[in-house]
Amino acid sequence: MAEAQNIPVGSNTTGSIAVAAESTTATRMSAPPSFDVADFPVPHGREEEWRFTPLDRLKGLHDGSAQGTGAIKAEVSAPEGVTVESVSRDDARIGRAGKPVDRVAAQAFSSFEKASVISVPKDAVLSEPVRVTLHGEGGVTYGHTVFDIGAFAEAVIVIDHTGDGVRSANVEFVLGDGAKVTVVSVQDWDDTAVHCSQHNALVGRDATFKSVVVTFGGDLVRLNPRVNYGGPGAEAELYGLYFTDAGQHQEHRLLVDHDTPNCRSNVAYKGALQGDDAHAVWIGDVLIQAPATGTDTYELNRNLVLTDGARVDSVPNLEIETGEIVGAGHASATGRFDDEQLFYLMARGIPEMEARRLVVRGFFAELVQQIGLPDVEERLIARIEAELEASVA
Amino acid sequence: MATLEINDLHVSVETEGGPNEILRGVDLTVKQGETHAIMGPNGSGKSTLAYSLAGHPKYTITGGSVKLDGEDVLEMSVDERARAGVFLAMQYPVEVPGVSVSNFLRTSATAIRGEAPKLRTWVKEVKEAMERLSIDPSFAERNVNEGFSGGEKKRHEILQLELLKPKIAILDETDSGLDVDALRVVSEGVNRVRESGEVGTLLITHYTRILRYIKPDHVHVFAKGRIAESGGPELADKLEEEGYEEYVKGGATA
Repeated sequence: MAEAQNIPVGSNTTGSIAVAAESTTATRMSAPPSFDVADFPVPHGREEEWRFTPLDRLKGLHDGSAQGTGAIKAEVSAPEGVTVESVSRDDARIGRAGKPVDRVAAQAFSSFEKASVISVPKDAVLSEPVRVTLHGEGGVTYGHTVFDIGAFAEAVIVIDHTGDGVRSANVEFVLGDGAKVTVVSVQDWDDTAVHCSQHNALVGRDATFKSVVVTFGGDLVRLNPRVNYGGPGAEAELYGLYFTDAGQHQEHRLLVDHDTPNCRSNVAYKGALQGDDAHAVWIGDVLIQAPATGTDTYELNRNLVLTDGARVDSVPNLEIETGEIVGAGHASATGRFDDEQLFYLMARGIPEMEARRLVVRGFFAELVQQIGLPDVEERLIARIEAELEASVA
Repeated sequence: MATLEINDLHVSVETEGGPNEILRGVDLTVKQGETHAIMGPNGSGKSTLAYSLAGHPKYTITGGSVKLDGEDVLEMSVDERARAGVFLAMQYPVEVPGVSVSNFLRTSATAIRGEAPKLRTWVKEVKEAMERLSIDPSFAERNVNEGFSGGEKKRHEILQLELLKPKIAILDETDSGLDVDALRVVSEGVNRVRESGEVGTLLITHYTRILRYIKPDHVHVFAKGRIAESGGPELADKLEEEGYEEYVKGGATA
């Protein structure tokens, strides 16, 4: 891939990167985290957390005008031992993994009627994934889901989003000590859908949380995957893959909050963009607080811009308040299709379109290989193939 | 019998100061079974010739012709040239992250041969070719050229040469950066392909060292964008003794 081109703040040119030189994650927010939507002013678009998002395409999720009168078909299939409950908002299991950090997330929290709590008991090792399928049937819907994973339990969770509609829903993952959880969230919406969601993970002592976020569809998708640690020795891996087509806005805003000693985090997001006004935003915030000695963290974002007219804003931020750490780093690079790679492959007889497909497949394959779930990997590769068939031509 | 005919080839590159002519009328005919060494100092245009024949977009053909068995090579796209039988072993092979060597070789062989090679015979064919070049089997699963040493990259180029069996093989400074052992292994690979008698070889080199292993039928001295002198193997001996000084003095070039 092309080498990193790091361009200073303010010069967000087409297919390039802005790397913020300074930041304080807390001070960059326009309001402190809160469950109450009234605590957040209606954004006007110049706030740090909203400056990349086209507010007019949020369908009123940001200003209180979106009434939750739409419909979404939800199905949960879970192996034996897993309980699925619908609970009211005063249930004590809600809200433990983190508060909403922006007005849209707070609106979702303030607006949902019933929350789903899906619990995996202590020590249970699930033989099958928990599957949640959400199919939008139009209109605005709010929701809230809690995955409560007992100590030393092992689970794979697959959440699928398809169909049309305006969806704002937060998801919590609370992992007990030593639990091992892999979550795959697929945003495969119709091209007109709007989806905002904050994913909060609270990772217990010595627990392992792996998140795989895959965004293909939607008119506007804005996700905030966030990790907090409940005890030392915990590990979080956050992987993401997006394929942003003409006119789509796909935004992933991550935060890993290291406030506990001896925890690890690894973030890797990769995206390909093509077509006019394809816009991908990646914000990667990692905070290493003073008590978090022994932290080991790395975050990476790579973008492959396939055509003119697409735009990437990639902003990694690393704040370090202690020097007693194992390692901390980040990398962000946005490359155009590399003509030298293309020449090399074509000089071996491979036609141009096939060579391009080979390179894009290769670009994602490195990431897909890290997921570690063969059936999910195969499905992703098939989905990437379909995107390429439809487009790289 | 395959013949590559280069006639009065002129090639420019775009620079900030406008087009810069690098090749200034190259004439050369390479026939199947023959080996031509092209030798010359740095900046004489040797590599430009190699990349122009393969169709690299950086180079603009401003005059002349290149024909392979009468077909106009310059009209062909890069991949069409390769499928027509032109192979360029590159001086600096390109890394292709995420694409494994085995996938790359099979995709390439499928394109060149016009059909996918039968899996069983193909696996054996690749394995044997890799063994002959002392390439570790684990290479098949590595990404193309990624993290390869200089010697590994060159052996990987010759591996492709052996598998793709072109009509015309252009070896662009394949010897550069190789230690003696690697040079021998690579040269043996080239010689195996030459011994088939089915390939015309254009061996581009700065040094005479590789000619100890690969014996050319013809030697050409390249200077200032054209062939300055042609002869038999004895011309290489002369260059070994006297260097390129005679060809570069008098007249500045880019």
